[in-house]
Amino acid sequence: MELALAPETLARWQFGITTVYHFLFVPLTISLAALTAGLQTAWVRTEKEKYLRATKFWGKLFLINIAMGVVTGIVQEFQFGMNWSDYSRFVGDIFGAPLAFEALIAFFFESTFIGLWIFGWDKLPKRIHLACIWMVSIGTVLSAYFILAANSWMQHPVGYKIDRAKGRAELTDFWAVLTQNTALSQAFHTLSAAFLTGGAFMVGVSAYHLARKRHVREMKTSLRLGLITVVIAGLLTAVSGDVLGKVMFKQQPMKMAAAEALWDGQKPAPFSIFAYGDVDKGHNSVAIEIPGLLSFLADDNLHSYVPGINDVNKAEQQKFGPGDYRPNIPVAFWGFRWMIGFGMASFGIGLAGLWLTRKKFLLPQHLRVADDEVPHLVLFRDKALAPTLTTWYWRIAVWTLAFPLIANSWGWIFTEMGRQPWAVYGVLQTRQAVSPGVSQGEVLTSMIVLTSLYAILAVVEVKLLAKYVKAGPPELTEADLNPPTKIGGDTRDADKPMAFSY
Amino acid sequence: MELHDVWFVLIAVLWTGYFFLEGFDFGVGVLTKLLARNRPERRVLINTIGPVWDGNEVWLLTAGGATFAAFPEWYATLFSGFYLPLLAILVCLIVRGVAFEYRAKRPEENWQRNWETAIFWTSLIPAFLWGVAFGNIVGGVKIDRNFEYVGTVGDLLNPHALLGGLVTLTLFTFHGAVFTALKTVGDIRVRARKLALRVGLVTAVLVLGFLLWTQADSGDGKSLVALIVAVAALAAALVANQLGREGWSFALSGVTIVASVAMLFLSLFPNVMPSTLNGDWSLTVTNASSSPYTLKIMTWCAAIATPLVLLYQGWTYWVFRKRIGTQHIAPEAAAGAAH
Repeated sequence: MELALAPETLARWQFGITTVYHFLFVPLTISLAALTAGLQTAWVRTEKEKYLRATKFWGKLFLINIAMGVVTGIVQEFQFGMNWSDYSRFVGDIFGAPLAFEALIAFFFESTFIGLWIFGWDKLPKRIHLACIWMVSIGTVLSAYFILAANSWMQHPVGYKIDRAKGRAELTDFWAVLTQNTALSQAFHTLSAAFLTGGAFMVGVSAYHLARKRHVREMKTSLRLGLITVVIAGLLTAVSGDVLGKVMFKQQPMKMAAAEALWDGQKPAPFSIFAYGDVDKGHNSVAIEIPGLLSFLADDNLHSYVPGINDVNKAEQQKFGPGDYRPNIPVAFWGFRWMIGFGMASFGIGLAGLWLTRKKFLLPQHLRVADDEVPHLVLFRDKALAPTLTTWYWRIAVWTLAFPLIANSWGWIFTEMGRQPWAVYGVLQTRQAVSPGVSQGEVLTSMIVLTSLYAILAVVEVKLLAKYVKAGPPELTEADLNPPTKIGGDTRDADKPMAFSY
Repeated sequence: MELHDVWFVLIAVLWTGYFFLEGFDFGVGVLTKLLARNRPERRVLINTIGPVWDGNEVWLLTAGGATFAAFPEWYATLFSGFYLPLLAILVCLIVRGVAFEYRAKRPEENWQRNWETAIFWTSLIPAFLWGVAFGNIVGGVKIDRNFEYVGTVGDLLNPHALLGGLVTLTLFTFHGAVFTALKTVGDIRVRARKLALRVGLVTAVLVLGFLLWTQADSGDGKSLVALIVAVAALAAALVANQLGREGWSFALSGVTIVASVAMLFLSLFPNVMPSTLNGDWSLTVTNASSSPYTLKIMTWCAAIATPLVLLYQGWTYWVFRKRIGTQHIAPEAAAGAAH
């Protein structure tokens, strides 16, 4: 019991809870900002009302979501100082810089222009108002990049030296921190996964409405946009995942060995689909494997040697002194599989959807539908199957919106827990990183307070999202269709109610 | 001037920006209970800060991030030492942000009233606690040889710090009242001016007391000048308010905040967090700072980004410069039907 409630354990739980919770909102924020911006661009260019209605609809869901992303991000920044003060002292010289850059360059951008976008409908000319949402979108991507560069430095520290006298790591090459291959591939992977998340969210919500034959015009547009996003982002996620995997095999062999429950090095190494391990004995009792695939994933070669958990553990013991350098193997193993599985499932559903809803001219004449009707999904050029297939596809598609969220969460759990026992790989262990002056009671208090607050807010947020999803795209008003031509709005409108108010 | 001194100044600037900007939106939050008489009036107040509060809050995130990068030891000691008060502030900021965004998302009166209550408390508590925190930072706390805070939560609630808390609470409320008078039309504007006078007089007494106390403890010639400027600006802000010169009054209440923060940082320098146990264990700009290389990179970033931030944030205030009153609140929005 004492160990379970040790400040380090509690601090780790808290870090995990706040990070995973924060990251439920972040990918949606990143992708919905860009998708909303895309829809609004389509409106500005074509002046078709369906695009404006779609913009307002997705924009609303985006705003409900970003509010949570922003407020949970505040805790992220300050918990380093609160729970991990020795970490902050040791790496602040390096880790603090990208964080400060994120605030100075990205957060200001995002938060200022989001205010302009929300309240600016009747205050800004069309194109300037459109530019605001693009600014928000750029801000979200920049923010993701800086924080991922900081995280990548924990996975694979570069551009630093250790100052023994001061007892800390010092930055020697900031450019290296920002542009090392871990940071680039992690940013690539995380951003494509974010778009997979937003695309799937769009597909799920659109499918929900199409199944009920409501708001067909906007939802057909959104469905196609979502499906295309899912397929492109899904492919990029897989490619970047492969790139990131290869980087990790070189830089963090223990993490990848754990991800595979590969106890002893093999040449060639198999990819394990299922394994049931016995951690004490250091072997798997049951395993289902594909020969050679792991070697290929690690090194692009079906016959390469891949070191196992026991090998890496021995090597690290020689390098860093006696100790256990193994992370939690079942978490790493299953986290890795769930990440890939849920991500791929979502991609698969997207791909099927894109094929099923392909352009009208591909369909036989008798199956073509009008612009405001729900399209039939045609698997074979057989009319009889179409309605059943359509119903089933919408049902499955609604569920897909949750899949990338699950995949994202497991992705982070895998990448952060797979790094254990290191906070900074090979440099600083997690147990050396906690705040020595913070009591068990304090960490426990903050964990209980924040976790219950998060739980309450999750219920509130989901209910609100559901309410606005169900409500569908709003009716357009006179003001929506005739935006101001001058910044600050027209003086004749001085006493008109604001287009948007809290 | 060495880079760590530059960064001491920049951190002070970031906190100043934060208190100047979020100061008035905290104040407006407090006024939702003190000034507004009904739901439309509360909505007018909330909407005066609607487009800008989020951008204001980022000044805090930047101050935090910059402290982490430029003075990691200070960041570590401060945030692990002031653990529970900081937790209270974070909880308030979480609830507050959500409250602004979610309040109008449902029509039920209950729902909206609960979020309004949340806005009041989550504006009031941080407005008070930031003063307590700075009272402690300037006054010094129990820091041991390893730069760890070894005091208790009770130690943080000492008279000097609590007075600091009352100062920020009243000063922000005054700043918010003046801002409300500047940003509204109609009856609410007149009442905001009257309330500003009353709150302002109380604020003047508290500010004078707290700054003199700090000056006596750790001030020097420069901090005395800042003190005089702060108090004079507050007096002038009250006069401008009585004359109905709302723009001037707001600028002057801003000067009060700027000068007060400057006074605190001047009396702090070259310490960043003095130890009351042993002067040698104090955190200073030299022993708490990052390496010159990190500071150099950060300086470049700040030199390029800060003017841009001021430019586009300033533009936001200009875009939303119009005064608002109850007539600008769509009636259907009052019923929650607005999108």
